[in-house]
Amino acid sequence: MTTASAQAGWRFKKPSVIPGFGLTLGFALVYLTLIILIPLSGLAWRSASLGWADFWAIAMDRRTLNALKISFGTALAAAAVNVVFGTIVAWVLVRYPFPGRRIVDAMVDLPFALPTAVAGIALTTLYAPKGWIGSLLVPLGIKVAYTPLGIVAALVFIGLPFVVRTVQPIIEEIDKEIEEAAATLGATRFQTISRVLFPGLAPAIVTGFALAFARGVGEYGSVIFIAGNLPNVTEIAPLLIIIRLEEFNYPAATAIAAIMLIISFVMLLVINLLQAWSRKRYG
Amino acid sequence: MADPVLFAADTDLESASGITESRPARWALMGIAFAFLALFLVLPLVLVFMEASRKGLEYFLQTLTETDTRSAIRLTLTVAAISVPLNLVFGVAAAWAIAKFEFKGKAFLTTLVDLPFSVSPVISGLVYVLLFGAQSTLGPWLKDNGIEILFAVPGIVLATVFVTFPFVARELIPLMEAQGTGDEEAAISLGANGWQTFWYVTLPNIKWGLLYGVLLCNARAMGEFGAVSVVSGHIRGQTNTMPLHVEILYNEYNAAGAFAVASLLAGLALVTLALKSLLELRYGAELAATRGH
Repeated sequence: MTTASAQAGWRFKKPSVIPGFGLTLGFALVYLTLIILIPLSGLAWRSASLGWADFWAIAMDRRTLNALKISFGTALAAAAVNVVFGTIVAWVLVRYPFPGRRIVDAMVDLPFALPTAVAGIALTTLYAPKGWIGSLLVPLGIKVAYTPLGIVAALVFIGLPFVVRTVQPIIEEIDKEIEEAAATLGATRFQTISRVLFPGLAPAIVTGFALAFARGVGEYGSVIFIAGNLPNVTEIAPLLIIIRLEEFNYPAATAIAAIMLIISFVMLLVINLLQAWSRKRYG
Repeated sequence: MADPVLFAADTDLESASGITESRPARWALMGIAFAFLALFLVLPLVLVFMEASRKGLEYFLQTLTETDTRSAIRLTLTVAAISVPLNLVFGVAAAWAIAKFEFKGKAFLTTLVDLPFSVSPVISGLVYVLLFGAQSTLGPWLKDNGIEILFAVPGIVLATVFVTFPFVARELIPLMEAQGTGDEEAAISLGANGWQTFWYVTLPNIKWGLLYGVLLCNARAMGEFGAVSVVSGHIRGQTNTMPLHVEILYNEYNAAGAFAVASLLAGLALVTLALKSLLELRYGAELAATRGH
């Protein structure tokens, strides 16, 4: 790293005595290309070869539009629910010591570990009109299973750990002195939380929201059991892809998948920008 | 992780001084949090085991020993046994290249590793159907040569590898970056070769992080539903994994059977969570870089 590197202008890699760079990078790149990049670019190529008119016709199909609306709408609603309750859960887990805290903390990861199909049939049985929760809601006139509300319930389950696990470490890092300073300067507890603590947590909350939202949009296993899958009402976009595949309507399946990917990437980009902005604003 | 005792706020003096919430507010927040977790996490889990045992032990065992269930269990274990090691090797290789060296495009490569997480599982399956299906360019050639990928084990493995792709790598990359290159450089300068350095120096440093990643990767591999559902073809006794078998039984109105198989998967999830918490508890410091993902 002395004269040789000083002479060279642009170099791909900084010199190092550690061996194995070529081997490991080469293997990683080949594997990544074979498993991820070639299949995904196959999807991009197939949807590009559809032609603009066909693509537009599929995208503007009423059933496609409704499926996308349902997928993105319910994911948005579930992520919003998770932001509120996930933040409260994270706060309670960090700030209030209580017996069994470790077990509760471990349980938060259940949606990561429990197969989605299992979650799906369990939630459906729970919220069905005869289920433990569903039967309590029937007298109130609320139907959850086989309605969009059921999709939201499933996505709340799936998305919860994303919010808790992004917000929790940031709450742990809050310097207690900041709160003490606010208190000594005469702030009420509410003011301390809303004016001092919340701005610090905002970027993490936005990240958690984005992750829960992104996961919810693509979710399939936990949703299809509870959704009822009625076209235009409770049919999510991933299910419509599968239905089109089973009809051997490959162009439609490809186009819907491409639209989903594009919208997800754009939304993640927007959220990333929002996050950068909030970090600058409050950081 | 901050010591929770630091935040123990039990005296009214503290709450009066405004550095913690008032006692009623604290109870209210805890009540909301517990009610929410009970409703969304505990109840579904309890229900799985209750429903599984509804028709008695005999029916439970009968379901689990049926030929179709047994072949679903075997297939799920086979798929996990192939896809987890593949992603393990990739994870170690990618983490070695990314964490131990400085090169152009490193940040981009790290982003690409996470890419499968932002793709819907159904789309992860769809891309292989488009690649290998009868309508694809490759399709007729595969058929002429008698190679089965879709609606067969290779397709299920590929779809599983796709969705579990990032798990090991994303645990190892931050961990190995935090550990730096000092240990490896010392080993090399003392005359160790690359393989010895990895085996005797790096591996002991990362073994718990590696196990953590493998644990999560395995849980997802055995539980994957959407991606596998697209490529499997749902052939009973042949291409049915455990989650797909749960779906089939459930759709046949055999709820007790579906929940019996589901309870095995729920058991796997609980074991995964227990091991994961144990790793965090005992080797928290060594995993520190990977916490809070």
